[in-house]
Amino acid sequence: MGKMAFLCDGDRCIECNACVTACKNENEVPWGINRRRVVTINDGLADEKSLSVACMHCSDAPCVAVCPTNVIYTTADGVVLHDKDGCIGCGYCFYACPFGAPQYPQKGNFGSRGKMDKCTFCSGGPEETGSQEEFSKYGRNRVAEGKLPLCAEMCSTKALIAGDADVLSDIFRQRVVERGFGGGSYGLTESRKQRT
Amino acid sequence: MIRPTLGGVLAALALVVLMAVSVPALADVRPPADAAVAVTPGQDIPQSLPSNLKSNPAAQLWQGVGDGTVGRVSIPDPQAGRLIQTSGMEWLEFRSEVIGFWGMVAVLGMVTALTAFFMIRGRIKIDSGRSGRLIQRFKRVEVVGHWLTAISFLLLALTGLVMLYGRDLLLPWMGPAIFAGVAEAGKYAHNFGGFAFMAGLVMIFVMWVRANVWDRYDFNWILKGGGLLSKGHPPADKFNFGQKTVFWMVTLVGVALSLSGLNLLMPFWFTSDIETMQLVQLIHAGLGVGLFALMLAHIYIGSVGMESAFDAMSTGQVDINWAREHHSAWVERYVAEHGEPPVTQPPTKGPGASAQPAE
Repeated sequence: MGKMAFLCDGDRCIECNACVTACKNENEVPWGINRRRVVTINDGLADEKSLSVACMHCSDAPCVAVCPTNVIYTTADGVVLHDKDGCIGCGYCFYACPFGAPQYPQKGNFGSRGKMDKCTFCSGGPEETGSQEEFSKYGRNRVAEGKLPLCAEMCSTKALIAGDADVLSDIFRQRVVERGFGGGSYGLTESRKQRT
Repeated sequence: MIRPTLGGVLAALALVVLMAVSVPALADVRPPADAAVAVTPGQDIPQSLPSNLKSNPAAQLWQGVGDGTVGRVSIPDPQAGRLIQTSGMEWLEFRSEVIGFWGMVAVLGMVTALTAFFMIRGRIKIDSGRSGRLIQRFKRVEVVGHWLTAISFLLLALTGLVMLYGRDLLLPWMGPAIFAGVAEAGKYAHNFGGFAFMAGLVMIFVMWVRANVWDRYDFNWILKGGGLLSKGHPPADKFNFGQKTVFWMVTLVGVALSLSGLNLLMPFWFTSDIETMQLVQLIHAGLGVGLFALMLAHIYIGSVGMESAFDAMSTGQVDINWAREHHSAWVERYVAEHGEPPVTQPPTKGPGASAQPAE
């Protein structure tokens, strides 16, 4: 298996929010937390563009580097997961993350925050694969069932695609060649950077 | 109920025919006529991009996405509209490489310096020995204020150090489960202990600020280096210049720590941007570890470093000979006001060869 990634093609996204809904439903994400969100730039103007954003599963993830209890880790597939049992809700991963992916059940409340929650690339967490514990803490483990994250699978314009990073760049390169112009992708370059 | 009419059926049929005719036309416009290279789907994936690519029509818009663009989101949290922030990487590097490294240097350097000082100078004794006469240096409320600040600060410092260094120093031998428990308990202690520290800070500031302003003894005290390395004691009032330094450091750094701490405790209450939160976190961590290093010196001189110094903050009463040596001006005023106290403790002989008994 290669290294997993998301890519959002901003020239295709139509802000239907189906990825957000799919994610919330498939993983039964609690109230107040959106593992995926759609951001619209220049909303209502002629050059309006939208992007679907979640954890980008960085290859050299800042959250992994900063976590004081060292519970965020990168799997062999390049997916960034975390162990909620060891999370103390300090908020450092949120300060470090370029994409604003880590979220907490409580915002203020004397900084207690609760256990961090973020996109798992639909691949569960450190609990036993397919168990109820895994589902209630981290959501569905679709990757273990041979499926891709639901947000990307059901994206109607295939603006959001998920899978092996090399395959994603091939797909996007083909789109660029067909369109005759580049740019407009979100997530792949930023999340593949190696920090010095 | 809808009844199919002839006209309706014909219209539907016409629509179907129209669409069937127009589909090849749609296929013709893909790829666009002005595409750099005409690629039809199903062909091999191009391995490189052609050189005559045009720039993206929304190039300027995409450029801003790289750092800072805030769009609109339909979820209730408008902050989620921020697409990318790149300062987080700088924040975590500064935290570990500057604050983590120099904080360690400051703490270990202070421990080394104090150990060396202890080996050279030894415990600073009362030159003229204890007279057995005790005078009230601090009232009960002052002692309480001191320990409220001191104990809460030590709690905050240690739990703060766990956040900064725990992953490297404690996690390997504690194991993840125990360390997570320690760190989480530490976080709660830190969050709530902060209020005890703030209360103590207010108490000691109100009680001691008047005795901590610059006075005529300070310049001489600085010139003589406080008598720390030489023999003899420069005169001082209730607090000497060294103590005043500690007081103002605790006050100023303590206020900065309290304000930055409140900001971290209630994230995004006082600011809406992440860069400010990161900066405040760095200030909080840097000042915290710095003040801890400074306090090690205060703890040293108030306990093992100097005979009788601890009495001032345990019972609040000190031997008059100790007070005469370290706070001569203050003792003079005290004696003038309250008179010489009676002997209540057995006197001892001091190491000072030339010292006269303080009678």
